[in-house]
Amino acid sequence: MKHTNRRSLRTGLLNGPYLLWSAIFIVVPLFMIAYYAFTDSSGAFTWENIRMLTLYKETFAISLWYSLLATVITFIISFPFAYFMSRRSASAQRMMTLLIMLPMWMNLLIRTYSWMNILERNGIINNILGLIGLEPLKMIGTGGAVVLGMVYNYIPYMIIPIYTILVKMDPALLEAAEDLGASFLVKLRRIILPLSLPGILSGIIMVFVPSISTFYISQKLGGGKIMLIGDVIDRQIQTAYNYNLGASLSLVLMVFILLSMALLNRAGKDDNEDEGVMLI
Amino acid sequence: MLKEQNIIELRDICVSFDGEQVLNNLNLSIRNGEFVTLLGRSGCGKTTTLRIIAGFLEPDAGDILFDSNRMNGVPPYERPVNTIFQRYALFPHYNVYDNIAFGPRVRKVPEKEIKQQVTEMLKFVNLQGFEKRSVNLLSGGQQQRVAIARALINRPQVLLLDEPLAALDLKLRKDMQNELRNLQRQLGITFIYVTHDQEEALSMSDTVVVMNEGRVEQIGTPLEIYNEPINAFVADFIGEANILDGTMNNDYRVNFSGHDFQCLDKGFKPGEEVDIVVRPEDVDIVPPEEGMLIGEVTSVTFRGVLFEIIVDIGGFKWMIQTTDYHETGHRVGLSVLPDAIHVMRKSKYSGLYGDFSSYSDEIDQLSELTEDE
Repeated sequence: MKHTNRRSLRTGLLNGPYLLWSAIFIVVPLFMIAYYAFTDSSGAFTWENIRMLTLYKETFAISLWYSLLATVITFIISFPFAYFMSRRSASAQRMMTLLIMLPMWMNLLIRTYSWMNILERNGIINNILGLIGLEPLKMIGTGGAVVLGMVYNYIPYMIIPIYTILVKMDPALLEAAEDLGASFLVKLRRIILPLSLPGILSGIIMVFVPSISTFYISQKLGGGKIMLIGDVIDRQIQTAYNYNLGASLSLVLMVFILLSMALLNRAGKDDNEDEGVMLI
Repeated sequence: MLKEQNIIELRDICVSFDGEQVLNNLNLSIRNGEFVTLLGRSGCGKTTTLRIIAGFLEPDAGDILFDSNRMNGVPPYERPVNTIFQRYALFPHYNVYDNIAFGPRVRKVPEKEIKQQVTEMLKFVNLQGFEKRSVNLLSGGQQQRVAIARALINRPQVLLLDEPLAALDLKLRKDMQNELRNLQRQLGITFIYVTHDQEEALSMSDTVVVMNEGRVEQIGTPLEIYNEPINAFVADFIGEANILDGTMNNDYRVNFSGHDFQCLDKGFKPGEEVDIVVRPEDVDIVPPEEGMLIGEVTSVTFRGVLFEIIVDIGGFKWMIQTTDYHETGHRVGLSVLPDAIHVMRKSKYSGLYGDFSSYSDEIDQLSELTEDE
């Protein structure tokens, strides 16, 4: 009895710093967001900030649509890529992993600026088009450019978790499926996809969450014409100094993200009863 | 199809990985309905041979024939074979039922028929009531049975088994050996079994194919392989063997260890250099004055059923297995009767496998170690 007590005391002491850290940097800010969301500038309770949200229905819808689109496109590119990668020799795999991670060593801002340079009216693409006598294209300021920015910036977060699962998959399982009569498509649908589901789910979350809350990509590649929910929050806090509305927007975004994650997690568990799926 | 007819033929198969020759002009015919074992050390090419038959691997050169039809390039899912994998390769996201139903479902058999077939298979492998069980929660033996059911439900003409018992403990392995043997007799289909365990090969097979360095060394019944090994490699690999240099005097007369012996072998040139195999259990220890050969006991090891006795005869250490105890240091005689002697032609393996001197060294080292403690 005494022994257990001492042990729990020790665990408590070991956990202490982390609990303190989470309290100061996670729990307290969350409460502050909630506090700001339900108060006005004088600190009195109000529903006003929540009511104001209806003004941003469309922004929410566009953010959702673009981030979903970006997630789907990212997945469609990443899965075959990760599969291809997992079938290469060990040295080729290391090289490819390095190449995927390399852009991530550069700052997001610089990467996005480069895309501005490429897509601008006087950018690289339009220069090339001009050289071969074609009309310049309008790319900056379109939804396409914003989605492209999301896909480009977040694709490593989709490829890596899927690749990690695929590379660990026992090749004998695929041979067994083939041996039992499965063509490549059947193998893909009944073995490869279901078994890589945990990786796919983490990939989806890791692309969807930053996409739906981004503001920088849409500011730069949206050319000021495309406002996402992140831009609105950014503007309320940085420009309008309306912390209260900013907080209520953040709160709703957060609740929305948590709900979609819970939903995904459920979907993952239904298919894979034995192992829960680790998200994030 | 008739028994005795070849169901699978491999002709001049060559395979290399990264420039290393794994199979070297391999030729092999497998008769319908046989239990054939590919036996050899790891790296001898036995699993590669199996993978070529299954279709997971295409040979660099050579032909694979099923019922005299060339099968090169035919994908695994179109071949009338099924495989039991080394670690069973059960699908972890499916339960027992869905694992077994995989094959028929891919072939779009109606679900009602599948249910009936799966139930039948489960009964066949003694796993009734396990339908809904996750395969990850089964014991090794049960997983093995699921793998067998999953393969056999497709009614293959040939079942390929890649060291299927390697992951099981000794007791279970013995039981499963009997079970697999009975299964093969019951079904009457061809089993091609890969193992490195010579005892397993001898006790289960109709035909044993001894492989080494990507080639077939010898094909025969277990008795033939054991009693009439074709060369020193096979003699050494299968069981224990005293392998000596000898000279054929005439038909039925051979000289080794400085003594003339009667033997049952003929067809050699007079004076031809040969390798002699004498199995340890075929030698009798007799009083020195009655022995054909005389030597000194250098070590005795108790093995339960019998003693393994090392006798030094003119510098060559013989191993003899006997139920009688003989003390170390005693002079004894050996009696080697004609049917104990097997004469082999010289091969590239001659001289590689010699006497049991290293064996007794090991024993000496062991006893030294225990003395130190």
